[in-house]
Amino acid sequence: MTRHLQKELEKIKKRILSLGALVEDRVRMASQAIEQTDPGMAARIVETDWEIDENEVEIEEECLKILALHQPVAVDLRFLVAVIKINNDLERIADEAMNIAERVISIAKREDPGYRFDYVAMASKSENMLKKSLDALVNLDVDLAFKVVMCDDEVDVMHREAYQRTCREMSHRPEAIKYLLNYYLISRHLERIADHATNIAEEVIYLVEGEIVRHGKF
Amino acid sequence: MVSALDARSSRVVSQPPTRLGSREDLRTIGEPTVVDPKIRCRHVDVFYGDKQAIFDVSLDIGNKEVIAMIGPSGCGKSTFLRCLNRMNDTIEGCRVSGDITLDGQNIYDEKQDVVPLRAQVGIVFQKPNPFSKSIWDNVAYGPKIHGLAESKPELEEIVETSLRKAGLWEEVKDRLHQPGTGLSGGQQQRLCIARTIAVSPEVILMDEPCSALDPIATAKIEDLIDELRNQYSIVIVTHSMQQAARVSQRTAYFHLGYLIEVGQTQQIFTTPRHRLTEDYITGRFG
Ligand SMILES: Nc1ncnc2c1ncn2[C@@H]1O[C@H](COP(=O)(O)OP(=O)(O)OP(=O)(O)O)[C@@H](O)[C@H]1O
Ligand SMILES: [Mg+2]
Repeated sequence: MTRHLQKELEKIKKRILSLGALVEDRVRMASQAIEQTDPGMAARIVETDWEIDENEVEIEEECLKILALHQPVAVDLRFLVAVIKINNDLERIADEAMNIAERVISIAKREDPGYRFDYVAMASKSENMLKKSLDALVNLDVDLAFKVVMCDDEVDVMHREAYQRTCREMSHRPEAIKYLLNYYLISRHLERIADHATNIAEEVIYLVEGEIVRHGKF
Repeated sequence: MVSALDARSSRVVSQPPTRLGSREDLRTIGEPTVVDPKIRCRHVDVFYGDKQAIFDVSLDIGNKEVIAMIGPSGCGKSTFLRCLNRMNDTIEGCRVSGDITLDGQNIYDEKQDVVPLRAQVGIVFQKPNPFSKSIWDNVAYGPKIHGLAESKPELEEIVETSLRKAGLWEEVKDRLHQPGTGLSGGQQQRLCIARTIAVSPEVILMDEPCSALDPIATAKIEDLIDELRNQYSIVIVTHSMQQAARVSQRTAYFHLGYLIEVGQTQQIFTTPRHRLTEDYITGRFG
């Protein structure tokens, strides 16, 4: 009976990790699409989003099934709760990657007003947070999870800077407002990706430590 | 969290909530004391002949709380439970040491009469064991011998209230004079609870009260426990994790005669602090 439960939990762990890998891929593609203003890459992200959604639904159903059939407690319960939440965060990250893709597509359609934002640092930071949060999940590494949580502020700062820059550019180039707005929103999406990566890290901490670290409570 | 235990408190350790104790460490983790205990046990050892079954257990039973005792078979749950109303006295070769007080009175005092003690601290067993008498007699017997009723109407009143409190009245009121043994298992168990209630206990001990019952009868007993806790302190031994989680406010985990961990039920089932507790409740035991 409980060996059965352990097997089910192993299976669900593999599934969430492979969803994690898929989502990491999306984020990587999205940052490439930004960097090279590549509508082709962006289109690929949009076209394959269903894959993520499908996985998310299946994982959630699987978790609910295990909860109902095995009524797990303690670390097993925390693991399932963490997976349900991480699953949701991963799906939202993929959505943000898709939002970025849509921005890139619409930016590519407009005339370049001769101004570009450099998102390389911000994208790689968010990407890195996601990667680390998933590594923390694989290895149940609380220290690494805490590092991710700490990075969140840096991304927030970058996002605020993007806002300031956008405001400045808008007053200089009122004709390019739509273009600038799309560019600015990319920053918003990257910041959301970092937020979700932070959530994942917090879930890992909860899973291991049994303590809820959220809302700056650490 | 340093426990308020006295003198030999070295067996009770406080640990950060996140660090699971090692499997070899048999000291008690958690908070065995409560502010206003109904029963207070300190350094209780129990022996069957030469064999020690309970090792230096200190634990409070709070007022009007349900505390669940869980642990693998043979870990001493029933033995410890029987200490609380001196049922162990009836077992040949069984010896209890340490302090156990009920409302501050030492229940192992020479002057303590065990008959009123066992009314004050009633017990309900795993297998429903009604007397082979009528339903009425089963409930009326206790109040009669303890002289709790002055008159027939008063006795009638006690019987009815006890059966009502046990959630059985509606089912048996038209057949009070039929044998108690003719009831279903779940009804018999509620009859035994009514019998316990009839002598105005303050504490009710239950040793796996639902293990012979189906899910519906079990649910009725659990609902009953939830109502009874407004009036009584309840100690329940159970092998069902879900049951412990559903009915109790505190949970105590026993292992090989040691009290390993005690805490709020919610904490025990979401974030146990001792490795042994976690192994047991997640089924990784053994
Ligand atoms: N009457 C007795 N004589 C001798 N040893 C006993 C007696 N009753 C219990 N023991 C021993 O004391 C230990 C604790 O037994 P106890 O019945 O208290 O365990 P338990 O936790 O209630 O187990 P279970 O879950 O199976 O009811 C066991 O090793 C048991 O063999
Ligand atoms: Mg027992």
